[in-house]
Amino acid sequence: MSDPKTFFLDEEEIPFEEGQTIIQAALSAGKFIPHLCYHPEFKPHGSCKLCTVRIDSRTVTTEDGQSVKIPGRAAASCTTPAQEGQHVESEVPEILDLRRTLVQMLLVEGNHYCPSCEKSGKCMLQGLAYDLGVMDPHFPQYFSKREVDASHPDVLLDFNRCILCELCVRASAEVDKKNVFALSGRGNTKHLICNSESGKLGDTNLAATDKAANVCPVGVILHKRHGFEVPYGQRRFDIAPISDNPVQYAPVKEQV
Amino acid sequence: MNAPLPKRKLKVATTSLAGCFGCHMSFLDIDERILDLVELVEFDRSPITDIKHCSPDCDIGIIEGGVCNAENVHVLHEFRKNCKILIAMGACAINGGLPAQRNSLDIRDILAAVYAQPGRGVHIPNDPEIPLLLNEVHPLHEVVRIDYFLPGCPPSGDAIWKFLTDLLAGRTPTLGHGLIHYD
Repeated sequence: MSDPKTFFLDEEEIPFEEGQTIIQAALSAGKFIPHLCYHPEFKPHGSCKLCTVRIDSRTVTTEDGQSVKIPGRAAASCTTPAQEGQHVESEVPEILDLRRTLVQMLLVEGNHYCPSCEKSGKCMLQGLAYDLGVMDPHFPQYFSKREVDASHPDVLLDFNRCILCELCVRASAEVDKKNVFALSGRGNTKHLICNSESGKLGDTNLAATDKAANVCPVGVILHKRHGFEVPYGQRRFDIAPISDNPVQYAPVKEQV
Repeated sequence: MNAPLPKRKLKVATTSLAGCFGCHMSFLDIDERILDLVELVEFDRSPITDIKHCSPDCDIGIIEGGVCNAENVHVLHEFRKNCKILIAMGACAINGGLPAQRNSLDIRDILAAVYAQPGRGVHIPNDPEIPLLLNEVHPLHEVVRIDYFLPGCPPSGDAIWKFLTDLLAGRTPTLGHGLIHYD
């Protein structure tokens, strides 16, 4: 067998298999790259841009002997295939600043009130914001007016917290084969909708055991009668930061 | 060589606007460390001293709560005018928090729902002594410039201590895992 192919992530050599994306190889090798819309079980979506990295920056020497860094291209590491010898920058100040800004924009766009959110302590958006050290929203709060859908007997939808990652859309279509969710509208008016004549979740065939009902990275799709079950201080991101043990987000290798 | 400047205690003012005083209670959770703190600072306008207005030479202003009425706006401007550094403390000061969850509703409807008693008419308080409510609750940084943000609902005593000691030592305050919390 030939030597495994490798690329460089923040100067560290990372092995990869042909066809793997940068984020898949990085997570499998124990290197965390922040992400929201990426999920190991689904096709990459490339929409949240949190996993953006810089690829193949170059340093050139000018005529007067000065070294100038020419930044490489920025790309979503969840949709970019890893390539032999590639140099990828992730944990560098300019990329971390960009990720911080993206998180801040998500936090002001929706109504993210962590103290009253059932997902607090295990919310990916919150966990990433903690990890990136987001202390302030920076932007003016958008205070969007969004509804809550409590029509389903077992599942509650709080659209105030939707980040439009489409994980529930993909899960419902690809795994559950039910097509319960979709995104509608464009730009500012883009929002999550339910596939029923009334538009209500209660009139769809979603079951609480469906993949779609258990994949939301934030606090939109919630199970009724199961809020605040883990006490403050013992929740997932109270115990360990989101970047801890990156292999948990890596794709599971298929058994041969 | 010049003699070192005599150490001056920094003047700290604190207030709660549209908050619940929970952040101030959490501030007291620094417990006996408050004795170390008063070696470095003296309290100006604050619920701790009951001084009614800021001295013009305050160094640090710590504000809990967002802005929900006209009086909040006046107090916030007084703090900005008199404090060199302004800190937004807690979820409400940073994104409006729980009070801002009324922002999706019409203020007239809210007042009617609260004060209109069936069969007893609508008595919405309108005494000029009562500060006028704003249509929406705003985070502090939408009204004045804020220098530092200390998230949490409330931030823990340990987080407040870490933040203030960083600041007093001349470092950029950072919290890190376990201390940074939005709830």
